[in-house]
Amino acid sequence: MADNHNKFIVENLEVNYDDFRALKGIDMVIKENAVTSIIGPSGCGKSTFLRTFNRMNDLIPNVTTSGTISKDGNDIKKIDIVDLRKSVGMIFQRPNPFPKSIFDNIAYGPRAHGLKSMVELSQIVERSLRRAVLWEEVKDTLDKSALALSGGQQQRLCIARALAVEPDVLLMDEPASALDPISTLKIEELIQQLKQEYTVIIVTHNMQQAARASDYTAFFNMDQDRAGYLVEFGETAKVFTFPEKKLTEDYISGRFG
Amino acid sequence: MTLDVDSIVAKAKSKRNLTRQNIFQLLGYGLVWLCGLAALAMVFWIIGYVLSQGLQVINLKFLTTRPAGGVSGEGGMSTTIVTTLYLVILTIVIATPLGVGAAIYLVEYAGHASRESKLIAFLVKAARTGVEILAGVPSIIFGLFGFALFVLYLKLGFSLLSASLSGAALVLPTIIRTSEEALLTVPRAYRMGSLSLGATKWHTIFNIVLPTAMPGIVTGVVLSVGRIIAETAIFWVTLGGSYHLPKSIMNSGRSMALHVYMLASETRAFDKAMGTAAILILTIILLNLSINILSRRLTSRLTGNK
Repeated sequence: MADNHNKFIVENLEVNYDDFRALKGIDMVIKENAVTSIIGPSGCGKSTFLRTFNRMNDLIPNVTTSGTISKDGNDIKKIDIVDLRKSVGMIFQRPNPFPKSIFDNIAYGPRAHGLKSMVELSQIVERSLRRAVLWEEVKDTLDKSALALSGGQQQRLCIARALAVEPDVLLMDEPASALDPISTLKIEELIQQLKQEYTVIIVTHNMQQAARASDYTAFFNMDQDRAGYLVEFGETAKVFTFPEKKLTEDYISGRFG
Repeated sequence: MTLDVDSIVAKAKSKRNLTRQNIFQLLGYGLVWLCGLAALAMVFWIIGYVLSQGLQVINLKFLTTRPAGGVSGEGGMSTTIVTTLYLVILTIVIATPLGVGAAIYLVEYAGHASRESKLIAFLVKAARTGVEILAGVPSIIFGLFGFALFVLYLKLGFSLLSASLSGAALVLPTIIRTSEEALLTVPRAYRMGSLSLGATKWHTIFNIVLPTAMPGIVTGVVLSVGRIIAETAIFWVTLGGSYHLPKSIMNSGRSMALHVYMLASETRAFDKAMGTAAILILTIILLNLSINILSRRLTSRLTGNK
């Protein structure tokens, strides 16, 4: 796994909200076809960090980002925003299906990029739903509103919706925190399947989830000046069993956070 | 068993308090009921009176012949029905794109633009305040404005076009405000979801935000339709009052409300005025019912609750 291609290289990343520094001095590598989890106490900038990968922070006024993130060797600031977001999908904390039918939810992305053929759209919808392990549950009700699905199904629908635009990276911001334990388990199983084809970066509050579901773990903490920084990064097995830093050990053993 | 005098007295007192509370409760309840009944009775009385008076003259002939004109007020009301329809359609066609467009700008773009420049921030604030103030301006003021600008200055004369432009100015604040509120209720998560898929802001607004806000926007538009049907003064000074059927948007005409006013004030045909008023009230009632049904349909289609 260590030989995997470097999907992202993050160098000296810093994010500011007006005068407030949210993240500072982050250097990190994200491996291809692996799950990288980001853990850390509330307010340490995990979600902000995640949003830098598809430049969703650009939508928040007064956010400035410095340093570089390169994806497959290209600076993401120089990639067209539409192309970047097509290739870097995002799953949010709360399932956010659109108030449309299941079919129209999945077809939304491809349609936004100009695909009109119903035959192709149907194929994409089926393929995406199968990949998100939702097809069997919804194949007879594709014209029903997505809002009628259960929370866990909605989240898998959102994953399928992201997969429909053929990304190679999936960003997940605490994707299971609003779900019940069984739905959470399904999402975790799904993540394991997805990493065969996709690079997954997942922010989580749940230490067990990070330990179970990820190959690499990055531990973020908040510094004295309240800016988030990277404390430790490495293979999950190592970070959880032999952490290099005392702070990491304290956090994962539940002594703070 | 010893007699505990204090506790007996306390019990009696609390019982008395309880009865007193119950009486107040009943009185209050009765009063609230009475107020409700009075309000309802008032509404039913007015509607009932107009309908019972009006229905006496309403028949197929009344609905299908045009007003004869003159002081007698003879004839039917056919052209006023058609003119009202023309007026409503033309006004809504002018006002809806402008109003919804303005609301989209205020909700989706103004915030960002205001941060970029102080001048824009000031203009946006002025626009918001302007909309608030315009919503409270009496309709005759819009009428005089329309008369001065469209009828005289732009030489459009008393015409459907002058009336519709003035009417559009009148209902614009309503449409802007209801659309703005509807757009604001669309969850940010929908916009984020769409943008994260690589959709542009424009695509997101047209395919996610507007459809989701549609029930609210439609409600605003239908309320405006009701306003146009009901307004009199503003159209008196812009639409003129010709009882002929307008052949183009440059012709003068007479809406139903205007017809009621003119019959009642300038002719002896008070019964005909009542008949027209009855049709007017029925139209408004039907319109309000249709708002309910329409917005419920739209909402259930969005949420999937059938």
